[in-house]
Amino acid sequence: MTALALHDGGPRFALRERTALLLAALAALVLLTSLAALGLGATGLAPARVFGIVADALTGRTAAMEGDALIVLQVRLPRLLLGLLIGAALASSGALMQGLFRNPLADPGLVGVSAGAALAAAATIVLGDALLAPLIGPLPFHALPVGAFAGGLLTTLALYLVATRGGRTSIATMLLAGVAFGALSGAIMGLFSYLSDDRQLRDLAFWSLGSLSGATWTKVTAATPFILPMLLATPFLARGLNALSLGEAEAYHLGVPVQRVKALAILFVAVAVGASVAAAGMIGFVGIVVPHVLRLLAGADHRMLLPASALLGAALLVAADTVARTVAAPAELPIGILTAAIGAPFFLWLLLRRPGGMAL
Amino acid sequence: MNTLLQAEGLSYGSGDRMLIDGIDLAFAGGSFTVIIGPNGAGKSTLLRLLSGELHPSRGTVRWNGESLNAIPAWRLAHRRAVMPQASDLTFPFTVLEVASLGTQGIGRGLSRGDRRRLAHEALEQADVAHLAQRNYQTLSGGERQRVHFARVLAQLTAGRTLETQQILFLDEPIASLDLKHQLALLQTARTLARDGLCVIAVLHDLQLSADLADDLVLLERGRLIGRGTPGAVLTPTRLAEVFGVTLNASPLPPSPWRLAVA
Repeated sequence: MTALALHDGGPRFALRERTALLLAALAALVLLTSLAALGLGATGLAPARVFGIVADALTGRTAAMEGDALIVLQVRLPRLLLGLLIGAALASSGALMQGLFRNPLADPGLVGVSAGAALAAAATIVLGDALLAPLIGPLPFHALPVGAFAGGLLTTLALYLVATRGGRTSIATMLLAGVAFGALSGAIMGLFSYLSDDRQLRDLAFWSLGSLSGATWTKVTAATPFILPMLLATPFLARGLNALSLGEAEAYHLGVPVQRVKALAILFVAVAVGASVAAAGMIGFVGIVVPHVLRLLAGADHRMLLPASALLGAALLVAADTVARTVAAPAELPIGILTAAIGAPFFLWLLLRRPGGMAL
Repeated sequence: MNTLLQAEGLSYGSGDRMLIDGIDLAFAGGSFTVIIGPNGAGKSTLLRLLSGELHPSRGTVRWNGESLNAIPAWRLAHRRAVMPQASDLTFPFTVLEVASLGTQGIGRGLSRGDRRRLAHEALEQADVAHLAQRNYQTLSGGERQRVHFARVLAQLTAGRTLETQQILFLDEPIASLDLKHQLALLQTARTLARDGLCVIAVLHDLQLSADLADDLVLLERGRLIGRGTPGAVLTPTRLAEVFGVTLNASPLPPSPWRLAVA
């Protein structure tokens, strides 16, 4: 196994050194992709020029918002930051959910947050004009993200309540309830697209494929308070998730407040993914692929896995977005197409190389 | 007897299906107690109640007079360790990482180096040090059990920096072990008991239980049938009643190949 090769062969680094090395490499990767994202596009900019513009802006020496400075500071920078935030959020959420469900196939979608957000967004797109507009006038610009966010949270809450009996949350029940809800929401989504007119259908399709093209500073500042807490909190959940890998009873025996860890992880994921989906639509597979790659490279310790997932997720999403907006310029691919096109075959490969089939 | 853990009127289950039914038991440090009984007698359930994992339907378990379910998980983790029956891991943790779970967050004033040393020593003690860098998922059932034994040993050692009185719970710890490691594990448990630890184990092997235990607890259908020294509990009549077989409980070796356990 690749994972074993790294553990057994070659010069042995102490765990901490290896973790530090990996995290440093990933941080460098984030910087590189960020530079590429700021420099590449219809107007190509050299790294030195990008540095100059950003440095000027930070020191308040930007004379006028025009030309290259305008492109970098008002278009590419907010898009980069939103991509970093959402990539980090999706990948860490995936790692958190996989640890919590003790299942390498879990992703944020399993707690119902994506399905709920998608359903609410579809409802806003299709029914908003007909039902809400007569009451409150034309829908405000942010009705869709707010609706998606609320839908994701409410769904997660409902699934959590279904799975909780006598103060204990059954992770297995939540998984099954999530599958059932996913099927139901798929059916309702189908009904909505049947009801939609052409414009609504296009909105639906665009939104469900995900895109960072709507990135603005407003979106960045709106998403940050929902995503940052999760990124800051994950290191404190790492030990609990490590112990949870042995099972809930074993984690309790090791002194982990199991119920609290479960509730916090689910809450953080629901909020962060809800905000991500609201800001950029549905972006699939980042949450599954990133933690998997890292486990193969460096093992399963969540103290490494969680921060590393955030970094690699951020780098991956920004890289995918840069490709999405340059490969067919001036047109833009929805980023969800790219991540799914890379993610799905990778996922199949994972299934094929697993010895002895899949244990769920 | 200096009672450490005390169960009073302990019951678990509901209605006419009581898995554990009105059990009174006390355990003290420095003793090796083995819980025996036929399948479905409630041995594992009793262990889970005594370790605090399950909350009793009726009755109480007290640790030095303090209700077990009122003690926070982290403090309890310093006082007792539980070795599970079998455990599957979904993720590719190494053996060393699994053993180290016993020291993460447990203990006071332990440096990172101390914790690493504790985990290594525990691996040595459980005879799995040579597997330290192996992926746990690739181990055999017996090797996995030994890794978990190492993990609980590390946990107890780390916990000893905060708590002096400790209990080790073993749920069928030797089910998948070969003979050599069965004896080694039980010997280690017995040595720990000699040094003052309270060891409570569920075992299927009556012979080994009789040889090694200071004390036997015999359960049948959730009820306490007998408690005391092996000689007092394992009477031929009782064995016939509870296990439905005729066994010869004799203080002398019944056959030349009978295992002699020092």
